[in-house]
Amino acid sequence: MAATEAQTGSSPAPERAPDPPRRWFFRVLTGAVSVAAGVLAGAPLIAYVLRPRQTPVDWVGLGAVGEFPLNETRRVTFDNPLRQPWDGMVARATVFVRYEGKDSAGKDQFLVLDVNCAHLGCPVTWFPESALFMCPCHGGAYYSDGSRASGPPPRGLYSCVWRVENDRLEIQAPHYPTLQNTLTKSTEVGDCSARAASSKIA
Amino acid sequence: MRWLRQVGDWFDRRLGISSTLLPVLRHPIPRAVDGPMGWWYIFGSASMTLLAVQIVTGIGLALVYVPSADKAYASLLYLNEVEPLGWFLRSLHYYAGSGMVVMVLAHMTQVFLQGAYKYPREMTWVVGVCLLLCTLGMFFTGQILRWDPDAYWGLGVGASMAGRVPVIGPWVVEVLLGGPVIGADSLSRFFALHVFVIPGTLLAALGVHLWLVLSCGISDVPRPGVLVDPRTYDAEYHESVTKSGVPFLGDALLKDLFASAVAVIVVVVIAAILGPKGPTGPPDPTLPGANPRPEWPFLWLFALLALSPPSIETFVMLVFPVVLIIALFLVPFVSNRGERAPSRRPVAVLSVIVIYTVLGILTYEGQTAPWSPEMTAWSGDPIPVRLVEHSSPLELQGAVVFQNKNCRNCHAIDGSGGQRGPDLTTVGVRLTRDQLIDQVSNGTPGAKGAPGGGEMPAYGKQIDAPQMTALAAFLASLRPAGQPPAIPAAQPHADPQP
Repeated sequence: MAATEAQTGSSPAPERAPDPPRRWFFRVLTGAVSVAAGVLAGAPLIAYVLRPRQTPVDWVGLGAVGEFPLNETRRVTFDNPLRQPWDGMVARATVFVRYEGKDSAGKDQFLVLDVNCAHLGCPVTWFPESALFMCPCHGGAYYSDGSRASGPPPRGLYSCVWRVENDRLEIQAPHYPTLQNTLTKSTEVGDCSARAASSKIA
Repeated sequence: MRWLRQVGDWFDRRLGISSTLLPVLRHPIPRAVDGPMGWWYIFGSASMTLLAVQIVTGIGLALVYVPSADKAYASLLYLNEVEPLGWFLRSLHYYAGSGMVVMVLAHMTQVFLQGAYKYPREMTWVVGVCLLLCTLGMFFTGQILRWDPDAYWGLGVGASMAGRVPVIGPWVVEVLLGGPVIGADSLSRFFALHVFVIPGTLLAALGVHLWLVLSCGISDVPRPGVLVDPRTYDAEYHESVTKSGVPFLGDALLKDLFASAVAVIVVVVIAAILGPKGPTGPPDPTLPGANPRPEWPFLWLFALLALSPPSIETFVMLVFPVVLIIALFLVPFVSNRGERAPSRRPVAVLSVIVIYTVLGILTYEGQTAPWSPEMTAWSGDPIPVRLVEHSSPLELQGAVVFQNKNCRNCHAIDGSGGQRGPDLTTVGVRLTRDQLIDQVSNGTPGAKGAPGGGEMPAYGKQIDAPQMTALAAFLASLRPAGQPPAIPAAQPHADPQP
């Protein structure tokens, strides 16, 4: 045990009686410094885990306009630029492209549908014989224009933002689409939102 | 070997083994636990033993497995095929993990049925529910680490569910996936969860759980008529174990050791026989034919979501599991006193029977997944010969249309084909020709403005008139031998068409 009294500050403390003003000050100071340490260390760590990354707008080429026959749905795979360098094959993505001819102004019209089912994200398969997209997970089905045909999906397939540049079809690199974060949130050139579901025969 | 004793004494004095640890370990527990009823008590320690197996095998796997999106698959193949006994390590890690889930559920059920969660062990139960959630979390994150198409698309399903959370949905998806897409960041995030975050939480909770078991004492066997009264329980328990208790560290542990050893042997044998689980294929999202399924402990939830009407689907997805977990936490607070014996607690026994029956049925449904179309059925089995051997050319043409338009994906014939829609082997008895044309053309659309689509798409635009005539003729011919075709109620005579 200490034989001598500890020196607190410039003036010697009285025997066995704490120095209230300075002790109180030191308590407050310790609390403030602790809070500062917590915030300084914690804030960037929490931001690191929780803050969303900025999603750049990247355009991906899918092929020349001439490669897509009229009114045919083609399955196109590409490397998604929204990736990490060590993604490997995981960065490969699928979309369905349908060339719909030229509109009244003479511009090429496309419909580009994302492969993720609008219900819970499983990859849909295109069946040209019956002109339907079918989802393996819960039986969702969509018509060739992406509108929903049957099953649990609450909306049609997500459509990608596309453009024709130098006679090549390009799409905006698609992020993972969800009901509240579709691929056409920022509508730009060539936005073809999925049309409302309607009966095909009166 | 006196010097050996002296070395032992040196450590003992400083570690306090004889003075503190051994007396604690030898604390008395109820005598009846050392008897035949003690066999009910082994599930907790068996869970812990399998956890130890998981930690050891997990470390072993981490020596080779590469948690990088482009290398994970290759490192798993290396473990399966090249690394000596790597296949066994992978296999044991999976089956001991499954065994641990089974043991944890058995432990929870036994504690519930024997009322061991009542006073003073309510906190032990609450921490136990946390351990259950951690264990299931380990199972889910572990499946992601297999990084095959099941894992990739399963992660997508999880993200889509998270995306439905109101307001903050997109942000939750970004945190879950570690970015805007499923990719390398997702795998790294789940690796950190599976190896660091959840095990840390699990072990901390386990420490609290064991401390509570120690401080509350092992519960006595339940006896009908012996009630738990919080006012008198502590004194009664203390008196009982002091008078007639047996030491914990001793023969009382024999059943636990035996059961744990048997559990380890069982999972080792199963692992050796069945071999490693997956990966089912490379994690290439452009591979066609993906049909993701969750792991077995989650098949019941998969089935529940698939069978829910779309109007309440988001509620079932997001709110129901939370309600379930809260209900589990609140079990001791429903009644923490009174009878403990299951023979005097019919509500408890009935609840367990009903819950496990429902879980079992939902798991079976999740396994067979009849709501999924069979994507290759249309080009698989042909129409059975017996159904077409007496068909007219028009009906044969209709059979070709039926196969070609992918109808078989959802509609089975003679039991082979999809189960999404009804089996059509005898549809000619149920629907008239006009009804068949109507059904195929218009499908079964959903109600206007309903959250989900209907049951069947409209094929009117995909089938031209001659094909439709042939198809209707074929479907109308699908009847058991000798039975006449269906006729509309208003029409008194049979349809004269061939």
